[in-house]
Amino acid sequence: MELWIDALIVLLILTNLKLIGSSRLSACIRIVALQGILLGILPGLVGAGQLTIRAILLSAITIVFKGIVFPWLLLRSMRSSSVRREMEPFIGYSTSMLVSVGLLALAMWMGSQLPLPIPLKSQLVVPLSLFTIMVGLLAIVSRRKALSQVLGYLVMENGIYAFGLALALKEPLLVELGTLLDVFMAVFVMGIAIFHINREFDHIDTDLLSTLKG
Amino acid sequence: MRLILISMMILCFSGLCSFFTGRNPRFANIMGAGGTVLGCLVGLVPATIVLWTGQTMSIHRPWQVPFGSFSLQIDALSAFFLFTILILSAVAAIYGNTYLWEYRKRKNLGTSWLFFNILVASMILVVISHNGMLFLMAWEIMSLASFFLVTFEDEKENVRRAGWIYLVATHIGTAFLFVLFILLAHKGPSLDFDHFISFGLNGTSMAGLAFLLSVIGFGTKAGFMPFHVWLPEAHPAAPSHVSAVMSGVMIKTGIYGLLRTLTFLGQPEPWWGWLLIAIGLGSGILGVLFALAQHDLKRLLAYSSVENIGIITLGLGLGVLGLSLNQPVLAVLGFGGGLLHVLNHALFKGLLFLGAGAVLHATGVRNMEQLGGLMRQMPWTGAIFLIGSFAICGLPPLNGFVSEFLIYVGAFMGTGLSGVSLSSIGVITGLAAIGGLAAACFTKAFGIVFLGEPRHTPALLGHEIGWGMRIPMMLLAFGCLAIGFFAPTVISAMVPVIGNVTGLLKIDIDTHLAVVTVPLQRVTALSCIFILILGFLIYLRRHLLSDRTPAQCNTWDCGFVRPTASMQYTASSYAQPITSMFGFFLQTHRKIHAPRGLFPAKASLHTHTDDVFFQGLFLPLFRGIERILLPLHWLQQGRVQIYILYVAVTILALLIWNLR
Repeated sequence: MELWIDALIVLLILTNLKLIGSSRLSACIRIVALQGILLGILPGLVGAGQLTIRAILLSAITIVFKGIVFPWLLLRSMRSSSVRREMEPFIGYSTSMLVSVGLLALAMWMGSQLPLPIPLKSQLVVPLSLFTIMVGLLAIVSRRKALSQVLGYLVMENGIYAFGLALALKEPLLVELGTLLDVFMAVFVMGIAIFHINREFDHIDTDLLSTLKG
Repeated sequence: MRLILISMMILCFSGLCSFFTGRNPRFANIMGAGGTVLGCLVGLVPATIVLWTGQTMSIHRPWQVPFGSFSLQIDALSAFFLFTILILSAVAAIYGNTYLWEYRKRKNLGTSWLFFNILVASMILVVISHNGMLFLMAWEIMSLASFFLVTFEDEKENVRRAGWIYLVATHIGTAFLFVLFILLAHKGPSLDFDHFISFGLNGTSMAGLAFLLSVIGFGTKAGFMPFHVWLPEAHPAAPSHVSAVMSGVMIKTGIYGLLRTLTFLGQPEPWWGWLLIAIGLGSGILGVLFALAQHDLKRLLAYSSVENIGIITLGLGLGVLGLSLNQPVLAVLGFGGGLLHVLNHALFKGLLFLGAGAVLHATGVRNMEQLGGLMRQMPWTGAIFLIGSFAICGLPPLNGFVSEFLIYVGAFMGTGLSGVSLSSIGVITGLAAIGGLAAACFTKAFGIVFLGEPRHTPALLGHEIGWGMRIPMMLLAFGCLAIGFFAPTVISAMVPVIGNVTGLLKIDIDTHLAVVTVPLQRVTALSCIFILILGFLIYLRRHLLSDRTPAQCNTWDCGFVRPTASMQYTASSYAQPITSMFGFFLQTHRKIHAPRGLFPAKASLHTHTDDVFFQGLFLPLFRGIERILLPLHWLQQGRVQIYILYVAVTILALLIWNLR
């Protein structure tokens, strides 16, 4: 069982790296969808062997939202805004990869240093969640298109979700509900924002918004 | 105690109701003003009970905020300020109900009422909160609410500028208060005021520092002289009923804060009193001089607020000196006079601002050079403004006289005592100078605006204001008269408040106050006789004129054939002898086109008095700070990504630092 969990976590880490190194937005959205599905499987495995109804429900909701609904919404808004690629990010793709490998090392070190109230099944859960949060932030900071930033936000929320999963095994539902609400709001608000920015300015480059400043 | 909470709830709720019904100005107006009046009336009950019985009410609940607790306490000092705040706010709300009506098309009245009600509620919270956190929070809400009220007409550039200056000034003051509270609390377990006293800085060398911090922090709000620069900007910019509340009571929360801090610091040192007296003299004399040099009626009143804060500070300084040198009579009369002047100033300055608002409402002009002869169109406003002017000059039988008399007597008591003589003489001469200059200032204000002939066409269009604005002003004028005539009663009601500040027993205070009550009774009796004679003379004049027709004719015009209204005394020319005498301080700018030749065609004179401290101290200071900080400007890229990067890097660095 531990082996499966570790394998899943490694996969999740790889999705993060793929996301940060990929320029095509549709690929990025699919990767985030995959990450959501993998994260949805995680509580089933961590959940102490037996599959409770709660764990299944949690998995199902996570998979449906993070794996299907949000990516679908994002794909749709991508098509409507006719943006295919992330052009000229602030930080290039190879540099981003190098930075994120550095962040992964940092997350590993932090995971080993961070004092935890309960012993975990896998030593990799905390580093994974920290790494995912950092990659999300990196995506938000380094990308120009609003869509990429929404993706970064989603990834960051995934990280928070994984962290909550690691720590709040007793009450995962609370964590989960809070996170879902957050993400829903984010997609909602940002979707509208993208739509309106696109309609007003014919593009979704957020850095061009700074020309509005006084 | 519950009633005060209900009062604050009514205020907030009615403010919100007014805000959400802003589309319907009539309902929003009634909701906002009615809520304020109702909330103030409910709040007056506990304030009066505490003042009457001298008992303290308190409530104490835990609160999630670090170092905070929801502790409220109404002691006599709080109750006194509460009383002042509630009365003036209620009256100003009634006035504002009519005053704001003409803005209904252009402005959302609901927003204005929301902030007005929040301002009143936060002022209540400031004077009753018994915990540092709660106090600072209420203080901040008060500052922000008043900021939004000042920027009511935000389409005007000077209003935005005034709001900006006010916001910066008030936050600089609050920064000092943060340091003060940290200093007061650094030994104790929490920011509760009780802990400030028990774990306080009593007798330590830090007490002096804390006192200085509170003088700067609270003095910025109160308008002590170098920190007063926001008053002459913000008061004219705000709607008149808001100016009345801000000038009448909001700046007094600074005085309250200073007094409250003094109770934490134990036995004061003599230099505190000297410092306060010096500040009082500076604020009082310079305040009234600058007031005299102004042409804008509301700006004049704002400077006059600085002057009155100076008078209050003189009283407090005498009181502190009395406490530190163990001269209870000085303490009682000083604090008594200062505190009573807080109430008096709230009444007459509120009245004068409402009067100025009435003039503005009727004519649309604030510049005195364009007004004149309004007494004919607005006899009620003129008469009420005259009462307010009498009161603010400290003339008997009105209320301003009573509080100044207390301070005078206190200062005279101090002349023979060692260590106090010099400062007492300073107080006496200073008060005398202030009184004289104030008389000049308000004869100018009243005379130029209400007497003579209209100087400019808008004044011709002046009309008397409606009852909705007249009644609040009459109420305040009545208050001014009542305190003047029932001075001994009012002073005896102040005993618990003075006891709260000085820590003296009631019997001692009574014996010390007896020094002033006897002469005050005589003054009251004489005033009654004076009023009777006045009434008789008026009656006589009416009677003698009843069967004659008065004729109008020109005054002797030095042989000039066609006198015009512009030949009257102007605001500048009336004040000129005094402003030129003190030209060194005032730095008045003049633009003169003197008449030339035998047949002079064109001549003009413009005078303008900037605030010396603003131009000479704060402007260079802030420019210097700007120059120093300019190299950091590259941090502000204006890109969302960069800001998120800052946040992320900071959090990551903190995390690494913590895990190290």
